[in-house]
Amino acid sequence: MTSVKPGLGHDRIVIAHGGGGELMGRLIREHLLPPLRNERLAALTDSAVLPWPGGELVFTTDSYVVTPLEFPGGDIGRLAVAGTVNDLAVMGAEPVALSLGLILEEGLPLAVLDRIVASIAGAAREAGVEVVTGDTKVIERGAGAADSARGLFINTAGVGRMRRGVQLGLRRVAVGDVILVNGPIAEHGLAVMSVRSGIEFESTLRSDVAPLNGLIRDILATGADVKFLRDATRGGIAGVLADICAASQRSVEIVEAHVPLSTTARHAAEMLGLDPLTVANEGKCIMVAAAGDAERVLAACRGNPLGRGAALIGRITDAAPPLVELITRVGGRRVVQRPYGEELPRIC
Amino acid sequence: MSDRVAQLVDELHGVCRDVGRRIQVMEVCGTHTVAIFRTGIRSLLPANLRLVSGPGCPVCVTAQRHIDAALELAGRPGVMLATYGDMLRVPGRSGSLERLRATGAQVQVVNSARTALDVARANPQRPVVFLGVGFETTAPATAATVLEADRDRVENFSVLMCHKLVVPAMQALLDAGDVPLDGFLAPGHVSVIIGAQAYQPIVVKHRRPVVVAGFEPEQIVRGLLALVRQVAEGRAAVENVYPGVVTADGNRVALELLRRVFVVADAPWRELGVIPQSGLELTAAYRRFDALQRFELALGEDEGHPLCRCGEVITGKAEPSECPAFATACDPLNPIGPCMVSSEGTCAAWYKYNRVQGSGGGGQGAGGRGQGPGAQRVPEGQR
Repeated sequence: MTSVKPGLGHDRIVIAHGGGGELMGRLIREHLLPPLRNERLAALTDSAVLPWPGGELVFTTDSYVVTPLEFPGGDIGRLAVAGTVNDLAVMGAEPVALSLGLILEEGLPLAVLDRIVASIAGAAREAGVEVVTGDTKVIERGAGAADSARGLFINTAGVGRMRRGVQLGLRRVAVGDVILVNGPIAEHGLAVMSVRSGIEFESTLRSDVAPLNGLIRDILATGADVKFLRDATRGGIAGVLADICAASQRSVEIVEAHVPLSTTARHAAEMLGLDPLTVANEGKCIMVAAAGDAERVLAACRGNPLGRGAALIGRITDAAPPLVELITRVGGRRVVQRPYGEELPRIC
Repeated sequence: MSDRVAQLVDELHGVCRDVGRRIQVMEVCGTHTVAIFRTGIRSLLPANLRLVSGPGCPVCVTAQRHIDAALELAGRPGVMLATYGDMLRVPGRSGSLERLRATGAQVQVVNSARTALDVARANPQRPVVFLGVGFETTAPATAATVLEADRDRVENFSVLMCHKLVVPAMQALLDAGDVPLDGFLAPGHVSVIIGAQAYQPIVVKHRRPVVVAGFEPEQIVRGLLALVRQVAEGRAAVENVYPGVVTADGNRVALELLRRVFVVADAPWRELGVIPQSGLELTAAYRRFDALQRFELALGEDEGHPLCRCGEVITGKAEPSECPAFATACDPLNPIGPCMVSSEGTCAAWYKYNRVQGSGGGGQGAGGRGQGPGAQRVPEGQR
C-alpha cells in the first residue's frame, strides 16, 4: 500500500499526471525542466524553433496512447499524424516530414495494424507530409488483467519550415484582440469517452481529428494580423485560454452562446458531468487576432472544410486581476479554470 | 440572456425583495451545485437568497471507513476492484485508490455496475469487488446487477455496499437543527426514481417546502422561484417543477428492484456519522455478494483530517472558503476531503468556478469578478 498521506503530494506517477492539467504542468516544471534546462525547452511552446541555414527549423514530438485504438471519426494513426502536424502548424510552420515510432504489444492483430498504418498514410497525404523515417518495437503483452492489452503506442516527431514574416506568440497578445475557434468543440474527447464508457449517442458524435496545416495556411495567407495560434487538445479550450491569460497577464472574456457546440456534444457532456470547455479536441485551434481582422480570419476559416463552423468567441480585456471569464447563456458570469488533470466522468 | 430566464430571475428578485429577510435554501444535489455555478446562475441571484450545498454528492458522503475497506480489498493479492471514476482520488486513511493503482493494485474504472460484472465474467479466476456508491440513482443498477450475478452464478463478483438514501439525510439535517434552512431544492435524478411524494415527511414533519427541479438553467431558476414563493406565503408543500420527468410515485420498476435486493439499514456518512435507516444493505438472499462478508472484513472508524471541514460544507454549515485548508493545503491535486475530489463536490465546484474570493459580507460566492469589495484571486503560489 502506498505510504502517501492525503494532502502530501505524490511520490509515484498517477494517471492524472498525464491529463494535461495543473498536475502535468507541475511534473514538467519540477521533474523534467530542471535537469534538462535550456532556453528553447523552457519556452514550452508546441514546437522548438531552431536557427537553420536559410531560415528557421521547427521541431516537435508527441506520443499517442489513446484507447480504444479506433474510435468514431478516427484512430490512433490519424491522431499521431494530425497531432504532430498541428503542433508544427500552430507555430506558423509548414510541416515537411514526420518520423514514426511504433511500439506494438504482443498479440495485436495484424489486420488492426494494417488499418492504422493505412490511416497514417491517408492523414499524411491529407497534410501533405511524408513519413520519412521510423522505428518498430514489440513489447510483451501486459501481465495481469486481461484488459491491460493496449495493443499499440505511437510516437511521431515532425519537422517544419518556419514561414517568413509570420510573428506568432503570446507576447503579441493585446487588449482588444479577438479570440476565435475554427468549429464546434469537445467532439474528440466526448467521442472517445462515450465509446470507452459504452454510452452511445446515436453514433453522431465523431472525433474532429484532422491536420490543420491547410486551414492555418489559408488563414495566414490572408495577411490578417494573427497573433497567436494553439490547437486545443488535452485540457480543451479552457487550457489554451488559461495559457493566454497567464502568459499575457490579460483577462479573457468568452461568450458561451458564441462557442460552437453541437447539441449532441452538449448532451453528452452533461450526461458525463463534464465541462465542454475542458474536453479535448484534435482538430480545433484557438486563434487570437487583431479585432479589425476578425472578419478576414473568419472568412478564411469558412472557406476551408475544417473551418466551416468558425466563430468569434471572445476577446482580451484589461479587467484586473487577469482571469478567464465566461458570460453564460443566462447572462451570468463565471471563472474558467484550467482543468487540473484527467477529468473523471461523474457517478450519477 | 434568454428572455424567459431573465424574466424568472426578475421575479425571483421581486419575491426575495418582498420577503426582505435572508432566505437560506439548500440544493441537495451535487449536480445542482455544479449547474448553478457552471451556468452562472449564482451570479444572478438576489443578495438575500443564499444557497447552501447539501449532502447530495455521493462521493462526498461516502464514509472514510468504506474507502479504507476498498483500499484494503484492492490491496489484497488477486483482487480486482471496479469503481466509478470519481471515487479514485477520494482519500482514505492510507492514500487513495488512484495512488494504490500506481503501486500495482488492480483498480478498474467502470461506468456501471453492469460493466463491473462483465469484468468479473472476463476474469473468472479472480475476485472482482464493485464499489457500490451512490443514491437511489445508481442503487437500482447495482440491484439489477446483483440479480444477474445470482442468476448466472458469477460467484467471483461482490459489492462493497455504500449506497445511501437522500431523504433520511435531509431529515437528519433538520433534526440536528443547527443550520437554518427555509427549504430544499430537491434533486431531479433521484426524484425520478423515488418520486416527488417521497419528500412528504420533510413537509409534514418539518414544515419546509421542497421543490423538485431539473438541471437546465430555466428549470433551476423556476425551482428557486417556486421555493421562495412558498417561503413568502408561509407555505410548505412538495412542488414538482420537473413534470413529465419526475412523477409523484417514482419509477416502480426501480423501486421494486431496490425492495427485492436491498434492505434499509443504518449507514455511516462521511463527517455526519451514522444516520438511522439511511443506507442500503443486501437482503439475506443475496448477502453472499456482500464484499465485507465474503472477505470477512469489518469496517473501521473514520478519522477526520484536523483541517478538513467537509462535514460542515456538506451540511451547509460552512462555505468552502471558510475552511482553512481550501485552496491552500487542499486542492484538486491533493485533496484532503472528498468535497474537493468529486466533480460534483461543493469544494471542487468552488475551486473550479468561484476561486475569486469576496472579502466577507454574506460570503456568498457569486462566480464572477468583483462580487464583493476587494475581490481577490487566490495567489498562484498557494495552489
